Amino acid sequence: MIEFSIWTILQYLAQGLGWTLCLSLLAFVLGGAVGGGILLARIATYPLLRVFARGYIEFFQGTPLLMQLFMVFFGLSLLGRDVSPWVAAGFSLTLYSAAFLAEIWRGCVEAVDRGQWEAAASLAMSRWEQLRHVILPQALRHAVTPTVGFSVQIVKGTAVTSIIGMTELTKTGSILANATLQPFTIFGMVGLGYFLLCYPLSRLAHYLERKLNVLAAH
Amino acid sequence: MSLLRIDSVHKHFGSHHVLKGVDLKVEAGEVVAIIGRSGSGKSTLLRSINGLETLSDGLIEVDGERLHAGQTDMRALRLKVGMVFQQFNLFPHLSVVENVMLALGVVKKMARSQARECAHAVLDKVGLSHKLDARPGQLSGGQQQRVAIARALAMSPKVLLCDEITSALDPELVSEVLAVVRQLAGEGMTLVMVTHEMRFAREVGDKVVFMHEGRIHEQGTPEQMFGAPRSRELAAFIGALGG
Amino acid sequence: MAYQFDFSGIWEYRAELAAGVVHTLALTGVGTVFGLLVGVVGGAVRGWRVEPYNRLCGLYVELIRNTPFLVQLFFIFFGLPALGVHLNEWVAAALAMIINLGAYTTEIVRAGVQATPRGQMEAGLSLAMSRRQVFWHVVLPPALGRVWPALCSQIVIVMLGSSVCSQISAEELTFAASYIQSRNFRAFETYIVTAVLYLLLAIVLRHLLNRLGARLTNRDVAKP
Repeated sequence: MIEFSIWTILQYLAQGLGWTLCLSLLAFVLGGAVGGGILLARIATYPLLRVFARGYIEFFQGTPLLMQLFMVFFGLSLLGRDVSPWVAAGFSLTLYSAAFLAEIWRGCVEAVDRGQWEAAASLAMSRWEQLRHVILPQALRHAVTPTVGFSVQIVKGTAVTSIIGMTELTKTGSILANATLQPFTIFGMVGLGYFLLCYPLSRLAHYLERKLNVLAAH
Repeated sequence: MSLLRIDSVHKHFGSHHVLKGVDLKVEAGEVVAIIGRSGSGKSTLLRSINGLETLSDGLIEVDGERLHAGQTDMRALRLKVGMVFQQFNLFPHLSVVENVMLALGVVKKMARSQARECAHAVLDKVGLSHKLDARPGQLSGGQQQRVAIARALAMSPKVLLCDEITSALDPELVSEVLAVVRQLAGEGMTLVMVTHEMRFAREVGDKVVFMHEGRIHEQGTPEQMFGAPRSRELAAFIGALGG
Repeated sequence: MAYQFDFSGIWEYRAELAAGVVHTLALTGVGTVFGLLVGVVGGAVRGWRVEPYNRLCGLYVELIRNTPFLVQLFFIFFGLPALGVHLNEWVAAALAMIINLGAYTTEIVRAGVQATPRGQMEAGLSLAMSRRQVFWHVVLPPALGRVWPALCSQIVIVMLGSSVCSQISAEELTFAASYIQSRNFRAFETYIVTAVLYLLLAIVLRHLLNRLGARLTNRDVAKP
């Protein structure tokens, strides 16, 4: 057993926290981009696209993130060579986030009054123009709060990638817990680390919800 | 001794002094109509008699059961005092008969069969024995209010309080509810009602109480109150109603 | 380099998969029943602002909702023994699920309780019911009806989340899958099949919960 000073432990954990943050950002940005695509497919007029999007969302919302991670990890490794945990983790978190964000945003699009589509269509706009200039700007207002709320789920979701060897916060914690034989303190600190990332986001979502509700009431 | 005694009751909402020393006596079998402008404290007074508002000062006594200022357990009092609300407040997840049976089972620990029998009897009285299994949402406003009356009656209260029970109803539904109240009055039920139906107050009331700015400003028989109001405020109030 | 899919190596492990499914469902069942119980109590305390428990519940809810389930599980399984609390993998897994679901359902039930019109409670009180009786018979049943869809979603999420309990060697479905792929060397196929099993479980569970909700909110929920 190696003696770790509390300072060393904190340094390692801070490093892990940094990787958790990077991975979360990556998943949020890429997931948002892919999710936008899935959203367009989900509300497309072409039925095959809609069926695909529905199936995609159903699958990624109806299976555990850990399963998705294993499938990506072992699926990619079939294509040859070693798969780095970064690639597998980034890839699966992106697919996972995309499904949830697409579903959240679909709800926001549907919350826009149907009359808005009709009004835009009556002005001879194409479907894409209706969406881009009339529907999406209005849906955006509804989307901010749940999107921020979901970012908390992404941060927490990254913990699962420790299982395939991503050395993020949870993995760092597991290693330190084994090395120091102080699992209670270490996992307590790991939990606190996630709390520091997630709680401000939760508060922000809560704040936005109230603010937008107040705006909507006036 | 009076059935209901209200003794210098005060009520503050924060810095707002809503009841400024109210005294009132109601005898058994009496029908009392409380009238007055909105904000005069009449609803607060009625709600106090049921313990829905805590008293800031004073005393309320119903059939020997006392309610003091600051008291928190009102259940003994509420067993003697029934209440019917403006908004009916039926329980939406229960059928009509279950609405009436709930407190009989939960509070009076009555057996289910007995509670059902009792519920049937009161629902029959308000003319709704054909709606036992309907949901509140399927009934008209007038029917809902009659269920609410039956629900309160089932607990066999000594006094029934009615808080503007026809104000939320469409005009054509008012009469069916008033008919039930008229019938209860005829049977000797002690009633205290806050109402805007002046003609009804005049018809069934034994006593009319006019509240103004948190006090009982004037009280008397309907003939006195509507025929020969003594105070300028009451005359103005009646005059404003065009009656 | 065309990869030949081979699912034949999975069928022979069907008994292990079935046991995994049963254990996952059992964990979910225990987690749901007790988690909902925690949620109802917590929701009542939060919804009616019963101090000082309200603050305590608020802290509990925020701590759980802002940390990963996996870390909660590790804390319970690896961390608590330091305090002399030794739990086997099943108890630790079930406890983690109860605590996790309890926090989410506390907030869901609270929203339902707070949406109860004031007049409903006053009507109950005016019938000489105690506050506890009013909560149980008047407030709770319609509140649960209002938030039932949200509760269902959360239960399904917890069922799916239980897959990380494999990491403390609780032999549920994911654990079974990992065991099987270590034997048949067909990891990809094994995890595809397992994922599909989870998907079916999620669909069936959601369906059952919806039917249960329809029954609960429709009739005879609050027989005195």
